[in-house]
Amino acid sequence: MSRLLGEVHEKALRLGIPWNVHLDLTWRCNLRCVHCYLVQREGPELKLEEVSRVLEELAACGTLFLCLSGGEVMLREDLFDIMERARRLNFYITVKTNGTMLEAEAVRRLAELNVARVDVSLYSHQPEIHDAVTQAPGSFARTMAAVRELTSRGVKVQISHVLMRQAAASYTEVRRLAAELGATYKLDATITPRLDGNAGVLRLNVPDAIWREIYNDPELVGPLMPDSPRSAPSALAELPCSAGHTACYISPFGDVYPCVQFPLRLGNVREQSFEKIWRESPALLRWRAVRNADLVVCRTCELHNVCSRCPGLAYMEGDLLGPSRLDCEKAYARTGLRPAPLAE
Amino acid sequence: MDPVYIARHPAAAWRRLEDEVIVISASDSSLFTLNEVAAEIWECADGRTPLAEIVAQHIVTRYDVGFDEAYSDARELVEQLAGKGILIVSGEPITGGDGR
Ligand code: SF4
Ligand code: SF4
Repeated sequence: MSRLLGEVHEKALRLGIPWNVHLDLTWRCNLRCVHCYLVQREGPELKLEEVSRVLEELAACGTLFLCLSGGEVMLREDLFDIMERARRLNFYITVKTNGTMLEAEAVRRLAELNVARVDVSLYSHQPEIHDAVTQAPGSFARTMAAVRELTSRGVKVQISHVLMRQAAASYTEVRRLAAELGATYKLDATITPRLDGNAGVLRLNVPDAIWREIYNDPELVGPLMPDSPRSAPSALAELPCSAGHTACYISPFGDVYPCVQFPLRLGNVREQSFEKIWRESPALLRWRAVRNADLVVCRTCELHNVCSRCPGLAYMEGDLLGPSRLDCEKAYARTGLRPAPLAE
Repeated sequence: MDPVYIARHPAAAWRRLEDEVIVISASDSSLFTLNEVAAEIWECADGRTPLAEIVAQHIVTRYDVGFDEAYSDARELVEQLAGKGILIVSGEPITGGDGR
């Protein structure tokens, strides 16, 4: 994070502003990715007018960064109406998509609307492996075509590479492919439980040896000990993470959570204004009072400076204030030191 | 004095945080913070109101400064912001900025 962005983030925290909001517009999807964390849910998605009202409320609360996602966001027929309204409200918009439905006309609209970045999910540089993950033959080719169309129109693209067992060693090649395509590369090396807590998909996580490799590659994870954000003297450093402080997640059905990976329900924008939820939700106020010093095991863990403990994962594992075993495993892979929860 | 019109660039995303305005360019993600006076001018940059009118109505009346000095500072500011690619400056009214 740049110094200026860090200062602005601190200010947003001091003012209690939901600076970053992730809004899922649908959970429907045209692919069937084997690791997907979403749960099937029936029920009406927020309609265009409801989304518009939420966007106005977010702008009034001070949100600047808006991530539009899904499911597959291109399945929303009113997506461009939503984006147009969001741009009129001066949001900085990023879009997450699998890219398979992004044809030339849609790309032209994204460029015209000054979408800041499109994040495209990729699982391998090899079509057959990628298509096996998405369970949709031909999806790799369609995604590649979309990335080329986006970059040729000057839209910034980030390849979000979810690494899993089927393609455990592929990150070097996918990183190279992203560079060839003129896209940035982001590795996501952890498969997380489904939002209903079902941990079956965790078997797709890569073997420990690969984690060790990844977490010791400074190009992927940055320097090890120095300048850890946790050691910086700042108000943010006292907090488990930005979720619920300067960031939040809104589901297609209007439910509000601290983060997409933190299924602690705070309220619903159909029943209350976003601002009321953000300022008054009892669950949120309780969560906001938590400091790193309250984390029973982690506060004394010698790895806390290198650990990216996710409170959402800890919550899904059953204890909001406890460690997240997935993060313990990553910290172990990174340092070779075994944190206490793994010794049990 | 030739009229000067200013419009926020359509690729600029921005939000007011207390007395400042934070601007981020969607084209290269560079971030700017505008101080109180610059923030006033920014919010008035609709492409239709001449800069002289913005300065006379929003700066001179609010801050202890004469028009000439304020206008010359404002000219310098808008040229700087134009140089950063987040503001459009023109001798004609502007359509197609974010004032649309
Ligand atoms: S650490 Fe977890 S809960 Fe916090 S922002 Fe990151 S993913 Fe969300
Ligand atoms: S390694 Fe485990 S116990 Fe240590 S800080 Fe991370 S989550 Fe907590």
